[in-house]
Amino acid sequence: MPSPPVVLRLSGITKRFGPLVANDAISLTLHEGEVLALLGENGAGKTTLMNILFGHYVADEGSIEAFGRPLPPGSPKAALAAGIGMVHQHFTLADNLSVLDNIAVGTEPLWRFWSDRGAARRRLLDLAERFGLGVRPDALVGDLSVGERQRVEILKALYRDARVLILDEPTAVLTPQESAGLFDTLRRLTADGLAVVFISHKMNEVFAASDTVAVLRAGRLVATRRTAETDREELAELMVGRALKPPTPTPMAAGEPVLALAQVTVNSGHGRPLLDAVDLTVRRHQVIGIAGVSGNGQTALADLVSGLIHPDSGTLSLKGETVGYADPAAMVRRGVARIPEDRHAAGLVGAMAVWENLIAERYHDPAFQRFGVIRRGAARAHARAVIEAFDVRCPGPDARTQLLSGGNMQKLILGRTLAHGPDLILASQPTRGLDVGAVSYVHGRLLEARAAGAGVLVISEDLDEILALADAIAVIHHGRLTPALPHDRVSVRQLGLLMAGHWDVLPEILDAA
Amino acid sequence: MRLEPRAHAPLAIRLLAPVGAVVAALALCALLVAWTGAPVLRAYGLLVEGAVGSRFALTETLTRATPLILTGLAAAVAFRAKLWNIGAEGQLYMGALAAVVLGGELLNLPAWAVLPLALIGGALAGGVTLLGPAVLKVRFGVDEVVTTLLLNFVVLLLVSMLLEGALKDPMGMGWPQSAPVVEAAELPKLIERTRLHVGLLLALGLAVILWLIDTRTIWGYENRAVGANPRAAAFAGMPVTRVMLRTALLSGGLAGLAGAAEVCGLKGYLTLDLSPGFGYSGIVVAMLAQLHPLGVVGAAVFIAGIFVGADAMSRAMPVPNYIADVLVATSLLCMLVAGLLARYRLRRS
Repeated sequence: MPSPPVVLRLSGITKRFGPLVANDAISLTLHEGEVLALLGENGAGKTTLMNILFGHYVADEGSIEAFGRPLPPGSPKAALAAGIGMVHQHFTLADNLSVLDNIAVGTEPLWRFWSDRGAARRRLLDLAERFGLGVRPDALVGDLSVGERQRVEILKALYRDARVLILDEPTAVLTPQESAGLFDTLRRLTADGLAVVFISHKMNEVFAASDTVAVLRAGRLVATRRTAETDREELAELMVGRALKPPTPTPMAAGEPVLALAQVTVNSGHGRPLLDAVDLTVRRHQVIGIAGVSGNGQTALADLVSGLIHPDSGTLSLKGETVGYADPAAMVRRGVARIPEDRHAAGLVGAMAVWENLIAERYHDPAFQRFGVIRRGAARAHARAVIEAFDVRCPGPDARTQLLSGGNMQKLILGRTLAHGPDLILASQPTRGLDVGAVSYVHGRLLEARAAGAGVLVISEDLDEILALADAIAVIHHGRLTPALPHDRVSVRQLGLLMAGHWDVLPEILDAA
Repeated sequence: MRLEPRAHAPLAIRLLAPVGAVVAALALCALLVAWTGAPVLRAYGLLVEGAVGSRFALTETLTRATPLILTGLAAAVAFRAKLWNIGAEGQLYMGALAAVVLGGELLNLPAWAVLPLALIGGALAGGVTLLGPAVLKVRFGVDEVVTTLLLNFVVLLLVSMLLEGALKDPMGMGWPQSAPVVEAAELPKLIERTRLHVGLLLALGLAVILWLIDTRTIWGYENRAVGANPRAAAFAGMPVTRVMLRTALLSGGLAGLAGAAEVCGLKGYLTLDLSPGFGYSGIVVAMLAQLHPLGVVGAAVFIAGIFVGADAMSRAMPVPNYIADVLVATSLLCMLVAGLLARYRLRRS
């Protein structure tokens, strides 16, 4: 069988940012009808490479050929004209315009006083039909779900006759169901002869969607493989440069309860409550995982245990003691280590130094202040100890926090909270956006704390993460929480049904358990 | 050309940025000076001489800088916490009003208490004036830029009403001005036979104290954290609302003190032209200083020098003293660019 024609050829692409070599002599080819996964850790150079391809950056060396013709560097317009479309990680849509307007904007000449909306609509509906991308042309983009917005972005590229589609971390914002839908779409696109590059650092997506996988590490292309001819272990090793052993929990007898929620309800102020009569117990030496599709009350549950919101009815107890009105500071004093869902927005103050962030939860502690004056020497020494103990890669205690990578920020938060021997750990999306190396580090630390006697509550939209860590799993749906189901008594299929709201399978699981 | 963030700006660059900005502003305004037909170098020479060239010039500049340091600190403290206080002018007048009432013959307070009470009362009046908008902001999310700005006019009209009515000086020949404060309420002069008063030391001391609070205490620590990322500060357990209200009291208090010090140290009574926009100039001072409390002192003296020097220059040459306003405004714009260049590095793409 002759191999399909080459649509895109990158030769020897090198890009430097100061002393950093973001892309080091990378050569790639992409064929018609092929899905190429670009796999690599954060900072490996994936996005830089695609930005060069799309003309956002100019490469220092190397050249790009699209459909046999050289692509002028540094011009997104030329890339578009050559049939390259890009869907960015952060969408570039106008919320206040309709789907049709968002797609048609920029494709019509500006000096014409009329626009042929009828033709535009027909073309859009035709494309949507052909590739199974259901959208309502007149809906406002602001009213759409994240998955729908992504479909609009893809349609926008198709509308401009893209023959090569670049997707930057397309599933980072999607639920598992939406991801499955996206992969369906990709299959239809390639069946039509399009070629797709998608950037990812998640292994299971590579196997779910790609034909070929190219692995980048520290700016270099370390390997290209047919997806069918490789496996997870090999790819993980190529990605991080060493063999990775994921930490696995050793069985452990659960101790006394450290967190108990009894019939806790949190109202939303309109309609359905955020949490609806939730019962939950977390014991020492135990990891409880909360699984669920995004937006089913996870944030409220995390805020509740963080001390940011309070139950409208029901009680929250810590170590057997009912907690009345608890604010975040009180929760910290009671031995709750809190890892927030959004480490940039809620976890750290980026503009402040590393040492300042490390004392943020306990600056009233006499160890760090006397008569209101900060003991800067003690705080810096503490920071140095945490940096050392938690392997935070940074220039030192005085480094500005916003310059750290995501993985190092998370280590900083772990260091801030775990260094004090907590009784309960609340980990909300603890590895979102982290690369495999950092993920295994975070998981290892959480399991260490469990062995040391902490109870751990992991709230995650990543089912794999919950399956890797949890002794028991509770599913949250529409603010209601199932009983915690022992890990070994519940199947992934059953969890999926529970996450989708089919709680009629619950008696069957509970009977078996 | 592209901008790339610097990992960390070295101290030399951060210190050079304001100097470079001022040089650039002087160069730009040289075009305007040349347009009037005056020799540029001589004009700037006269400006510098008029600002710092003699004992008289220097004391005049420092006298003018005193309220600017205080309003500059007011703006810097508030802006640090992302409380956009545009109302320092109104808070200044509220402070002056309180000082005139407390220091006047009407109350006849004991002599030893009258000056401290006038100053503290002035600061309190300014602080409370800003507390209202701050409460509205944290409680209902009302935009404080609008409320503080509009309160300036409310305060000015209130002062105007009182100066035409209850507070009008019976010996004032019908002018809208208050009766003077008693002698015990006057701030002592710093140097004999000049207008320079002890208010300057007060302002300098406060700048140093604020700097120490900002860098060394948990108060300042909370303020900076809340200003930079209120959500993370709240998550870590900091009292965000309390920090906001505390900042409002402090910022308004500094502006109020500026008004009280002008009354007790310089004018002796209250009129509607007590402040030629010290409250607004304080914003420029704070921006020039990059919100640094010690930088505010330098920026305030610089701006005061421009105004005093331009007055002197315009008396000797056909250059109108409006050049001072243009110079200050241009400096601010240049400073914004310089601040950007200090934080980022220019790269050719």
